[in-house]
Amino acid sequence: MFDRITETWMVTALVTILLLPLIIGIALYLKAMPLFEIQNLPHLIGSSEWLPTDGKFGFWPFINSSMYVTVLSFIFSAPVCLLAGIYLTQFASKNLVRIMHPVMDILAGLPSVIYGMWGILIIVPFVGNVLAPFFNINSSGYTMLAGGIVLAVMCIPYMLNMLVEIFNTVPIGLKEASLSMGATFWQAVKHVVIRKSYPGIISAYGLGLAKAFGETLAVMMVVGNRVQITHNPFKAGYPLPALIANNYGEMLSIPMYDSALMFAALLLLVIILIINLVFRYFIYKTKTR
Amino acid sequence: MKIMHLQNNETMTEQAPDITLKPKVTPPIIKINNLNVHAGQHHILKNINLEITKNKITVLLGPSGCGKTTLLKCLNKLTDLYTELRVSGKIFIEEDDILNTQKNVPVIRQKMGLLSQLPYPLPISIFKNVAYGIKLKGVRDKKLIEYNVEKYLREVGLWNEVKDRLHNSPTSLSIGQQQRLCLARGLAVKPRIILADEPTSSLDPISSKIIENLFRKLKKNYTIILVTHILRQAVRLADNVVFMYYGEIIEQGHSKDLFKNPKTEKLREYMLEGN
Amino acid sequence: MNRRKIIEENIFKFLSGFATYSLIAILAFIIIIIFVKGFNSLSIDMVIKTPKGGYYYGGEGGVLNAIIGSLDIAFGATFIAILIGMPAALYINVHLIRYKRIQNTIRYLLDALWGIPSIVYGAFGFTLMLFFGMNASLIAGIITIALLITPIVVRTFDEVLSTIPMGLYEATLALGSTKTETAFKIMFKQGFSGFITAVLLAFGRGIGDAASVLFTAGYTDLIPLYLDEPAATLPLAIFFQLGSPIPEVRERAFAAAVILTIIILIISLTARYFSKIYSKSNLK
Repeated sequence: MFDRITETWMVTALVTILLLPLIIGIALYLKAMPLFEIQNLPHLIGSSEWLPTDGKFGFWPFINSSMYVTVLSFIFSAPVCLLAGIYLTQFASKNLVRIMHPVMDILAGLPSVIYGMWGILIIVPFVGNVLAPFFNINSSGYTMLAGGIVLAVMCIPYMLNMLVEIFNTVPIGLKEASLSMGATFWQAVKHVVIRKSYPGIISAYGLGLAKAFGETLAVMMVVGNRVQITHNPFKAGYPLPALIANNYGEMLSIPMYDSALMFAALLLLVIILIINLVFRYFIYKTKTR
Repeated sequence: MKIMHLQNNETMTEQAPDITLKPKVTPPIIKINNLNVHAGQHHILKNINLEITKNKITVLLGPSGCGKTTLLKCLNKLTDLYTELRVSGKIFIEEDDILNTQKNVPVIRQKMGLLSQLPYPLPISIFKNVAYGIKLKGVRDKKLIEYNVEKYLREVGLWNEVKDRLHNSPTSLSIGQQQRLCLARGLAVKPRIILADEPTSSLDPISSKIIENLFRKLKKNYTIILVTHILRQAVRLADNVVFMYYGEIIEQGHSKDLFKNPKTEKLREYMLEGN
Repeated sequence: MNRRKIIEENIFKFLSGFATYSLIAILAFIIIIIFVKGFNSLSIDMVIKTPKGGYYYGGEGGVLNAIIGSLDIAFGATFIAILIGMPAALYINVHLIRYKRIQNTIRYLLDALWGIPSIVYGAFGFTLMLFFGMNASLIAGIITIALLITPIVVRTFDEVLSTIPMGLYEATLALGSTKTETAFKIMFKQGFSGFITAVLLAFGRGIGDAASVLFTAGYTDLIPLYLDEPAATLPLAIFFQLGSPIPEVRERAFAAAVILTIIILIISLTARYFSKIYSKSNLK
């Protein structure tokens, strides 16, 4: 009898957790619904007019900012992760690997605010006072570039952990076969390990992108928060999560603003879920091979 | 034919026993009828018909992959854990058809004790390992539990070796001692049958010998079904032998007769390779 | 030709090693900055007093409001997360052990769930608050964070449970245990290291996350005494006070940052230590 109760509790808990994304999506959709009465979906996503007081909600600048900052961070994080992943699995000593584990744990565990603070104290001045003048640009430092750098550092631990796992699943026999045919160690690595891990690498990158897309606080603190569409990394941007976080205070004062922000959250949820579902699928295929 | 001289000078000839296991006095404790096990396309066990005699050691013998472990797992319904297995037929354990019964599965499983190839001590103290089985039977009284723990540990000859560290983790024991602990734990649920799946294959020779001696002692009170691929172990321990090959029973009978006069080619080959 | 190969190899060796070591350097850099900035601001007063005077005027007091608020939320949320996450993980590994495909599907969904950003949970928490008529409060924060960290508990615990060998499960069932008994009495103990790690990681996430408490927990200079009062949190204490024109207020932000970082350091290192210790004693 006691068994029955416990079992019911267990199933209920599991089902609740699995239904969570659905429930969140529905709740956000319901709150965002009034927005659809004044503007339709393509217009919301494609329009660049953002004048909430006039009832104009075009989310494109924010989506654009998010994508730009994410890509920027990717440019920095992708090569670093790949190189470090290879080094840790192929060349590094046991001691180094042992040290790296807690290092990665801590980097992964540091809260967003701490990264943001570091960004404000170090990266922003660096961009504003060192990098920008180098390119003859005037900039406060609160730029998308700063956001990209901070995001890159935040995403590297996640991607690196995944890459290390993937590289370690390449059977050592393959490498040995390549070496015994006369290849140098690096050639064996290049041709065997990386090639075999291709889908895994792509997935790790994809998941890193998803994480970067959703990061809120750290980016918000350094990115400038100005609504504009630009491809100049030394200008400010306004990613989607920052939009939601910065304006929650005014949410209920301007009509439709709360629906707009909930819509932004829904957009974020859908985009990230899709990215996750797609890339996780590839990872499962790599691991179970 | 042997000629026996009885006390009052009557003589009687003793018949050579049949190939099939005819129960002499007591009905067989296990009766298996038309057991078939499929895993997808593979027909793992083909039409098994078997009777197991009480209080004897029956050895399931055969090369790897012949299905003997699967047969063992059918007996205590561990095959339920594997969805890819489809089991059909009848298995009567003490008159209860366990494949088609309404009875509670844990209750059925308690009729048998399992000893696996690798010892799997529970992640609790040595004392609690044995007590776990006792408590499953509903015993609550502390003194009674302590008494029984000592009793079963003595039965497997482990008591003197562990009595000073009953509350330590079993990981401090050698692998042979762990296996005996698992045996004691299995006995604590008071089964009538012991299922042993290659129990000595990961043990050193001394521990193996201890386990084998234990089986000889235990068969007085328990029915033992032993799966092994070590021919010599079968020769040492078996009362009855069931020789299997690719899911079928090729030969079965009393061990002395079987091993002296193997009737089939396959068994003869197997014995040659085993020696 | 061989020369070129060797040069290529050495270049890559150097670059990849450089990448690896620079990561260690960056971590050191971040931690050092936080500690340097916070060292001067950290005092006994900082830890035991609440702020006085607010954003624009006050220079006195400390960050006790945020410390208590964060601890309250983290403990409350972790408790709920364990209540929901622990049985779920056990169920997946014990009752569903027959159904490998269902197990894989569930794990796949859980991994995707893990990726949902905390701001989305915050927005969802906000809709819940409107729906139930709650104000920004301790309880709203606890619930939202609980939703955020439950997937962490499930996934981490599940990862360890899935490595338990089938033989132990079979041996326990063979004794006549029910599945539920097996789950809580045996599997839980065997996977205990994973459980501790899961709880620690979840707690760490819960105390450091800002985006989800932004809408839901509110902010205050006071220590919350009841569940329906707003609560300050360490991350928000940093966020809100970092940009203040008054240096004393900024000091509070730095102090909060150091405290938060120390907590996270302790948790990260402890989690790894525990997972090593327990897995040694249960090694099969």
